Parts: sequence; C-alpha cells; structure tokens
Amino acid sequence: MTMAIAADGLIRSFGTVRAVDGVSFEVGEGEVFGLLGPNGAGKTTLIRLLAGVLTPDAGSARVLGLDPTIDGSAVRSRCGVLTETPAVYERLTARQNLSFAADVFGVPVPDVGARVGDLLARFSLQDRADEPVAGFSKGMKQRLALARALIHDPELLFLDEPTAGLDPVASRQVHDLVGTLRDEGRTVVLCTHHLVEAEALCDRVGVLAKGKLIALGTVRELSDRLLAASPVVLSFLGPVADAVAAAVGAVPGVAVTEREERRLLLAAADDGAAADAIGAAVRAGGRVVSAGRREHTLEEVYFALQEVPA
Amino acid sequence: MNWRTVRAIATKDLLEVRKNRIAIWSILGLSFFLSIGMPLLIGLLPFGSGPSSGDLGPFEALMHLLPSGLQGLPLGSRMVVLMLGYFLAPLFLIIPLMVAAIVGAESFVGEKERHTLEGLLYTPATDLELYAGKVLAGAVPAVIAAFLNFAIYAVVVDLITAPIVGSVWFPTISALALAVWVGPAVALLGVSASVLVSTRVETFLEANQLTGLLSLVIVALMVGQGSGLLLLSLPVLLFFGLVLYGVDVVLIRLGAAIFSRDRLMARA
Ligand SMILES: Nc1ncnc2c1ncn2[C@@H]1O[C@H](COP(=O)(O)OP(=O)(O)O)[C@@H](O)[C@H]1O
Ligand SMILES: [Mg+2]
Repeated sequence: MTMAIAADGLIRSFGTVRAVDGVSFEVGEGEVFGLLGPNGAGKTTLIRLLAGVLTPDAGSARVLGLDPTIDGSAVRSRCGVLTETPAVYERLTARQNLSFAADVFGVPVPDVGARVGDLLARFSLQDRADEPVAGFSKGMKQRLALARALIHDPELLFLDEPTAGLDPVASRQVHDLVGTLRDEGRTVVLCTHHLVEAEALCDRVGVLAKGKLIALGTVRELSDRLLAASPVVLSFLGPVADAVAAAVGAVPGVAVTEREERRLLLAAADDGAAADAIGAAVRAGGRVVSAGRREHTLEEVYFALQEVPA
Repeated sequence: MNWRTVRAIATKDLLEVRKNRIAIWSILGLSFFLSIGMPLLIGLLPFGSGPSSGDLGPFEALMHLLPSGLQGLPLGSRMVVLMLGYFLAPLFLIIPLMVAAIVGAESFVGEKERHTLEGLLYTPATDLELYAGKVLAGAVPAVIAAFLNFAIYAVVVDLITAPIVGSVWFPTISALALAVWVGPAVALLGVSASVLVSTRVETFLEANQLTGLLSLVIVALMVGQGSGLLLLSLPVLLFFGLVLYGVDVVLIRLGAAIFSRDRLMARA
C-alpha cells in the first residue's frame, strides 16, 4: 500500500509544552484514520505539522510523497483541511468564500464557476449562496467550511473535530460525507474525541495523550490487546433464578461477573466454555432469549489506555 | 510568485474592509475634511480685504515658494494661496497614510481577530504571496484615495482661489510632486507600520489607534514647513520621497521576515 502520510519522530514544543512528542505513524492511501485523544493531546498541532503550517523542532514527515517543511505549498494544494473552529469569512457571501478559495487553491479559472456551483448544491447552500455568511446557522457555516475544504478536489483530508457542537442531524451528514469521501478513494484523517464516531468511521486509529502516540491499530486490535475477552451476555425471558446463576457459575472456565434482573454477564475462557454455560443455563430451567459476546467499545479501550503508564 | 493568489487575497481583503463601518467612515470622514472641508474653511476667511502689503510673520519664509506671478497679490490673497497651496498641502499626506494604515490594520489584525487566519494558512499560498496580497490590499486603495482626494482638493482650491488670484494656479509642481511621488511612499509607510503593529496587537481598533500615531509625523512635517525650517520645495520633496521609499523597503522586508506561517500559527 502506498502511504499518504508517513510521520517519523515528529516533535514540536510551545515554550515548555511539548505539544507533539515524538510521533511516528503511517496512513495508507484511501484509509480513514482516526486521531483520538483528549483536549490538549496534540491532535491539532500534529495536523499543522503535517500540512506544513508549523515546522517540527525535530523529526520529519512525508505527506503525499512530499516533505511539508520543503514543499508545504505543494502539500497544501493537494490537502483539504477542516479546522477545529472553522472560520469562514462572515462578511462575504457563501459564493464569494468559495470563489476566493478556488482562486487561492488554483482551481483552473474556467472551472471556478461550475465547481463553486456544484459544491453549493452538494452542501445545500445554493438558496442562500449570495447572502453574507454572518446570517448563517452554525450548521450552514460548517457545511460551507466543508465545501471550502473540498474546493480543489483534494486527495487527502484533515477533519479536525468535524462534529463538535453539531446537532445529531448535522453530525450524521458529516458521517455520511466521510463515507462518501472514502468511496471516492480519498484519504481522511479524522481528529475526534468522539469514540463512537471513530469506531464507526475509521479503519484504524491512533491514540494521542500528552503529545505521545500511545496506541495505534484497528479498534479490534486495540481492544484485544488492552482488554480481557469481551463478556458473554445471557438474557432471560424472566428474572434470573438463583439456581440458574449457580449452574452457570459452576461451568469450568466460566465466572459470573455481573448479575442483573434478567441478564448474566460472564467471563468465559473461550467460546467452548461460553457454549457450555448457555447449555447449563437452559438445563437449569433458564429461558434464554439471547446469548452472545458484547464487543468492547472504543470508549472502554480509550479509558483502559489512559490507565496504561505512557 | 503566483499573482492570481496575491490578487485574490488583496481583493478578498478589500471586500471585507468595505463591510467594516468604522474603517469606511473614518476614511470618508477624513477625506471629506481634508480635501473639501478644510480648503472651504480657509478660503472663506475674509483674507481678501486687508492691506495690500505687510509682514507675513512666520509665513515670510514660505514666500519664496510662491511663483513670481503670485508675488504681487494683496497680502490676504497671498495668505490664502500660501495656506492652501503650501502650508496645508503636507496635511494631505494623512490620507494615503491613514487609508493604508486602516486597511492594513483590517487585513492583518482583522483576520486574526475573526479567526480566519488559520484557514488562510492552510492554503497553498506561500508566506510571501500572503504577505504581498495584504500589502497590496493596503497600498492600492491608499494610492487611489490619495489621487482622488488630491484631484478633489485641487478643484476645490481652484474654485475658491481663482476669483482672488485671477488664474487657475493649483496644483503647483511641488504639490503635484507631493501627491504623485511622496503620496505612494507614505502609503507604503502606512502599510508597513500596520504590519509591524499587527504583530503586537489583537484587535482592529487597537491597531488603528497605534497607527494613527503616525499622522503625528505628518503634522510635524507641516509645522516644519510652517516655521520655515523645512521648505517643501521640489528638490526637497524629491529627496524626501526617496528617503521614504528607502525606509519603506526596509520596513516591508522586515514585515516579510516577521510574516511567517510558523510564527503566525504559534502565536494564534
Ligand atoms: N500556538 C500555541 N501556543 C502555545 N501552546 C500551544 C499552541 N498550540 C497548542 N499548544 C499547546 O499544545 C498542546 C496540544 O494542543 P493541541 O494540538 O491543540 O491539542 P488537541 O488538538 O489535541 O486538543 C496543548 O497543551 C496546547 O495548550
Ligand atoms: Mg485540537
């Protein structure tokens, strides 16, 4: 796989704060990569380094095959960025905002009008295209900022917390957009502290904490590495009888970790033990309506990571 | 340097300035006062009556500047001609200075104030192109405003003085040099001042106040002329302009050195 991004030991400090502290990772072409981490972890600074907007104190990166410290302009002409607080020009109209971006991003002059029109339509802004942006809702401004990020048909997109502060409908639209971008073959780097979002959208994630990359991989890999096997959940038609709970707990390799009114959560050594536990529950008179493993959420992985000493 | 980028940035900045009421009204108010209000006020003073000869006091030194054809006018008329054509002419430089400083403050600091700078830094525009676009955004309207105002000032002065003097005598060659040669140099001074100021302040209003101090330079120039210390004759003006352009080159290069993405971003 060709690499869209290859970072090697990137370091950047502000005063005494090491915002990015020796980060190395790769993102393949066409991948949707999640950058996770709490506020202040260094996600935004990392994007700035990759886009050649900030210069690293040490380390290097190749973005789309180029070094952003040398060919920053060329890198940026092939990247789209949605900044964390996307600020469009409020005094300009939506169309003026996009035309300006088209000029600065070098969209061929004869294509500008059509390209701007297409994006206004794609982001449902065509009806208010010629009004000053100051009167737009937050969601509309966000859509305009997304349209601007796409004006030059970029191969690589950096989306810095694209759903922060958006209502569920607007968030869903952003999620759909990420899916579309992936289908179009673009590479996406998505910064978020929204774990459900990362889990749903990202092929792989990297977790940043205090400037360091503390984990890297698919959500599944991370959960396998960090957490014990997922619990088996047995749900019953009625309240769980003591006899049923006891019978399940007696199966070798099985422990009841949690007992609720109609559910038992089990730690099972392997799938065989889990199958035996289900059989034992049924034989003891339990009316099982469903049984299965519950996958760990990224959230659990994330909190487990914070407990691992860096 | 990609001129399309530079032009796009300058045009965008000017679109934004047009919507800044404080900026627009300051510029219009200043223009109206300096090129219409002030000459009207002075022209309407009752200088026309008064003795036909006498001592002009502190203005005596300026008398040498008057073309020989005007030396024979009555004292009052000479006074009006002197005030409008010579003494007040340097004040007129406040226009390019202030327009450049106001637009510069808007374009360098305003973008920071409204948090749009980061988006601009993510464009392929090089640091130099960004800087050039913004310098152009300040300098071009300043020069245009200066020329327009000078034309208006000239018309107003001639309307007022032609009846007294008996001929259309303004602009004199040195007034023309002031507008065409020194004016643009002063515009660039205003722009570079606002760039340097923008590195220190966070809002348009702060920037505007600081660069406003620059107009004191112009007032000093006027006082210098009035006291006969600094006669703005043609050679003096040409030399003065040259020195200003030199200062401009230094300041603009200094600004370019400061205007780096990394610096702007690290501070943002
Ligand atoms: N321009 C800056 N000046 C000073 N400190 C900064 C600057 N940008 C980021 N930092 C600091 O670097 C750290 C990482 O910030 P940031 O990259 O914005 O994190 P995130 O995007 O993950 O919230 C924080 O401690 C932040 O305060
Ligand atoms: Mg951030």
